Amino acid sequence: MSERRVLIAEDEESILASLEFVVRAAGHEVRLARDGEQALAALREFRPDLVLLDLMLPRRSGLEVCAAVRADPALVATKVLMLTARGGSNDITRGLAAGADAYMVKPFSTRELGERVRAMLGS
Amino acid sequence: MLQGWIIVAASFAYIGLLFAIAWYGDKRAEQGRSVIANPWIYSLSLAVYATAWTFYGSVGRAASDGVGFLPIYLGPTLMLVLWWFVVRKMIRIAKANRITSLADFVASRYGKSALLGGLVTVVAVVGIVPYISLQLKAISGSFNLLMQYPRTVVPARAGAETFLQDTAFYVALILALFTIAFGTRKLDAAERHEGMVAAVAFESIVKLVAFLAVGIYVTYGMFDGFADVFARAAARPELRDLMTPFTNAARHADWSWMTLLSMLAIVCLPRQFQVAVIENVDEKHLARAVWLFPLYMLLINLFVLPIAFGGLLHFAGTRVDADTFVLTLPMSQHREGLALLVFLGGLSAATGMVIVETIALSTMVCNDLVMPVLLRLTHYNFRERKDFPALLLDIRRGAIVTILMLGYLYFVVAGDAYALVSTGLISFAAAAQFGPVLLGGLYWKGATRAGALAGLSGGFAVWAYTALLPAVAKSGWAATDLLANGPRGIEWLKPTQLFGLHISDPTSHAMLWSMIVNVGLYVGVSVFSRAGTIEAAQAAHFVDAYTETAEPGPAWHGAKSVEALQAVVARFLGAGRSAELFAAYAKSRGHADAAALAADADLVRFAELQLAGTIGAASARTMVATARDADALRHRAGDEASQVIAYSHQLEEKQRELEAATAGLRAANERLQELDRLKDDFISTVTHELRTPLTSIRAFSEILHDNPQLDEAERHRFLGLVIKESERLTRLINQVLDLAKLESGVAEWHTEEIDLAEIVREAENATAPLFRSKSIAVETVVGEVPPRVMADRDRLMQVMLNLLSNAVKFCPERGGRVQVRVVRAGAEARVDVRDNGPGISPEHQKVIFEKFRQVGDTLTQKPAGSGLGLTICSQIIGHFGGRLWVRSAPGHGSEFSFALPAVVAVPRAAASA
Repeated sequence: MSERRVLIAEDEESILASLEFVVRAAGHEVRLARDGEQALAALREFRPDLVLLDLMLPRRSGLEVCAAVRADPALVATKVLMLTARGGSNDITRGLAAGADAYMVKPFSTRELGERVRAMLGS
Repeated sequence: MLQGWIIVAASFAYIGLLFAIAWYGDKRAEQGRSVIANPWIYSLSLAVYATAWTFYGSVGRAASDGVGFLPIYLGPTLMLVLWWFVVRKMIRIAKANRITSLADFVASRYGKSALLGGLVTVVAVVGIVPYISLQLKAISGSFNLLMQYPRTVVPARAGAETFLQDTAFYVALILALFTIAFGTRKLDAAERHEGMVAAVAFESIVKLVAFLAVGIYVTYGMFDGFADVFARAAARPELRDLMTPFTNAARHADWSWMTLLSMLAIVCLPRQFQVAVIENVDEKHLARAVWLFPLYMLLINLFVLPIAFGGLLHFAGTRVDADTFVLTLPMSQHREGLALLVFLGGLSAATGMVIVETIALSTMVCNDLVMPVLLRLTHYNFRERKDFPALLLDIRRGAIVTILMLGYLYFVVAGDAYALVSTGLISFAAAAQFGPVLLGGLYWKGATRAGALAGLSGGFAVWAYTALLPAVAKSGWAATDLLANGPRGIEWLKPTQLFGLHISDPTSHAMLWSMIVNVGLYVGVSVFSRAGTIEAAQAAHFVDAYTETAEPGPAWHGAKSVEALQAVVARFLGAGRSAELFAAYAKSRGHADAAALAADADLVRFAELQLAGTIGAASARTMVATARDADALRHRAGDEASQVIAYSHQLEEKQRELEAATAGLRAANERLQELDRLKDDFISTVTHELRTPLTSIRAFSEILHDNPQLDEAERHRFLGLVIKESERLTRLINQVLDLAKLESGVAEWHTEEIDLAEIVREAENATAPLFRSKSIAVETVVGEVPPRVMADRDRLMQVMLNLLSNAVKFCPERGGRVQVRVVRAGAEARVDVRDNGPGISPEHQKVIFEKFRQVGDTLTQKPAGSGLGLTICSQIIGHFGGRLWVRSAPGHGSEFSFALPAVVAVPRAAASA
């Protein structure tokens, strides 16, 4: 299993830590972003294969970041896994419409998250 | 020995006694100490229902029909159950509109229609005449009988006899004089005839006592009790049939019709309407009458069958008329005293009926027949007359004499055709014609004047053809072959077998057809005709009598002066009384005297109402219209037009009110929707806030569970995060619950007088470790007078802790400084908590007091906390009548302050004094 790049954008410190642990445990390279601006910057510079994206980020929302991924020709292969604490179908629709590949509702299972990451990275 | 002069003297003495009672009743009424203001008198006066028909006729009916006399008393008993609803409503309406009679009531309901009032009057007079003749017949018959004593059979009237030798004529004349003396002493018919009611109530007792006396005498004196009478009657085959109520199906139908007929009669007979509605003092009396009246009916019918059977047994084979058994039985036993008592009882029953009925009818004739015609025919000259009160009384007196003479005429023409009861039933059937328009008018707004006119005249015509005509014809005054073969030999038009329908009882037959026509036309025409404006207003006014408060009757719009209105009222009630009424009205409106009144729609209505009590609603309307005519002739034809204008004004006003109400409702609705949306947002936000710590807790729990190889330091760090997030979750839940409690108002408050400085010091002590751990310097300033406030100690502590921990949260990592100030500013006690953090931008300042709105000290990181703290603080401070606010500028720190009303310092000396 080759090492892939994963960007984690999440403003809740403790959730960020848990996500980081799970992705690192799977053997991937991790970059952390604590708001939308940091995430956008990391997209350009880090060129992740997968973005774990919180929907409600400060400064720039997860939807904006997602749209930026889809708009960047260099990131055609990048997958987006949207995370949100709101389970409403409206949020899910908006997330998927913005180009997210998958969706997970908080609180999620770390085991399922690991599986999703593995599947989405095709490893 | 019963001598003639004893009977005459006893009769006059009795009538004199009645007159004394009436005089006393009127006297007391004038002094304002009414003798009739109690439910017993009211119930007894209702017993005017029991007339000579009951007194003599029931026994006669029972002698030929067995229990067939009963439905006439069952009907009212059934109807009494509905009285609380029907009659109480009528009383309300009658009082509110100063209704003077049945005709006035009906005319008012259908748009103050003079035509309808006149029709009701004609129907009532024509319909009741047979009934009055019945009383004349009973009085003169019993008188003649008693004069023959000890003979029990009166020779048939000789044809050659002139009216001057006829007892009935003198009876009619005396009753007319008596009624005039009773009923036309004063004018305002709406001011009740208290003396008359008292006399009638007394008569009800006399007739009951007399009937019970003869009943007891026959049952226990002549026979050996009920069982004996019935056993002996049962032994005779021709009497046995009388003891079985329903011998065939037709009898069932007759019973139903009779019951229905008397149900309507107890409400629709003009005299019953008079005593039950017009003379009613207090609608609460109805509650007593509801059981007392049926009890009276029961008592007066108790001995009917024993007397009937007793008479049939005793007079078997003689020509004694069963209608006279009540009198002839004691006469045959030479019980002179009892016979005289019975005669007086019968006299009571008859005079009571005649007096009340004639007064009621004369009021109707005067107000609803003569006055409208006079006002129309002799137009201006007549309207300008000044002597109205005397004229009105004369009209009524004339009407009384006329009605009684009509009764006498009927007695002469058709008096012998039927027995007492059958004659009475003809009148019942006529009165029943009022049933649909009267009851329909109370409950059906769609009923129109045209419908009422059509129904009533149709029903009346059928009644005249099927009930009145046969009675007259039978007496030989019209061709009898009309009865036998129908007009011009047309079989299906036979008055007693219309359309070939065979009903054995002529009254049932008349009732069936007249009611079909009456109700059919009333409903049919009402549905297909439109009500005018006044009509619609009156309809609503009557039907909604229970729910309506103010009298909304048609308003007038046009030039009138107060003087003109007062003058019109003065013409009928006298200048003194008119001035009195207007002054009282002015006072009730808060004016010093009548001159200060505005001649507005209300005043016109008031004037109309005063007149209505004297001359009826329809005539009152015409008269008040003339007041306006005199003022502004150009409006002469503007009667309806001005009312339409007034209506459109009222409508506009109503529309404006409606629009305002609609706008209010819309705003309330929007506010509700907004609140609903806020609530949804709140729940959604709470859910979100709960999910966040839960996510961490679950994630780290799983990680710890699935990764046993984790080193001790990492394991310790993760467990620490789980604990921290659990605490956050707990705090959040507590705060949400706390806020819910505060907002729903169920929070408990222990308000007491508190030293604010003390609270601040305690809060600082509690947070001291927090400040120390972050090396933040705290500086506290307390003003000279330590302010005291009324508040809940724990809640205020909660606010202080929140503000202090917020300050700590936003202080810079190094060199953090917090200043706390407790001061008295005017009437307020104020606390400021100032930090030297990054400050809050103006747009953020607006929202931080809202739920879940947090402003990070850095843009990337959210502060710890639920986002409910300041909201809760705001609620608490607000509860004690204070306010919470922030002053801040980015880069210059923030200052959160709250102010509470200060307790006014009371010097100790004064407090202990």
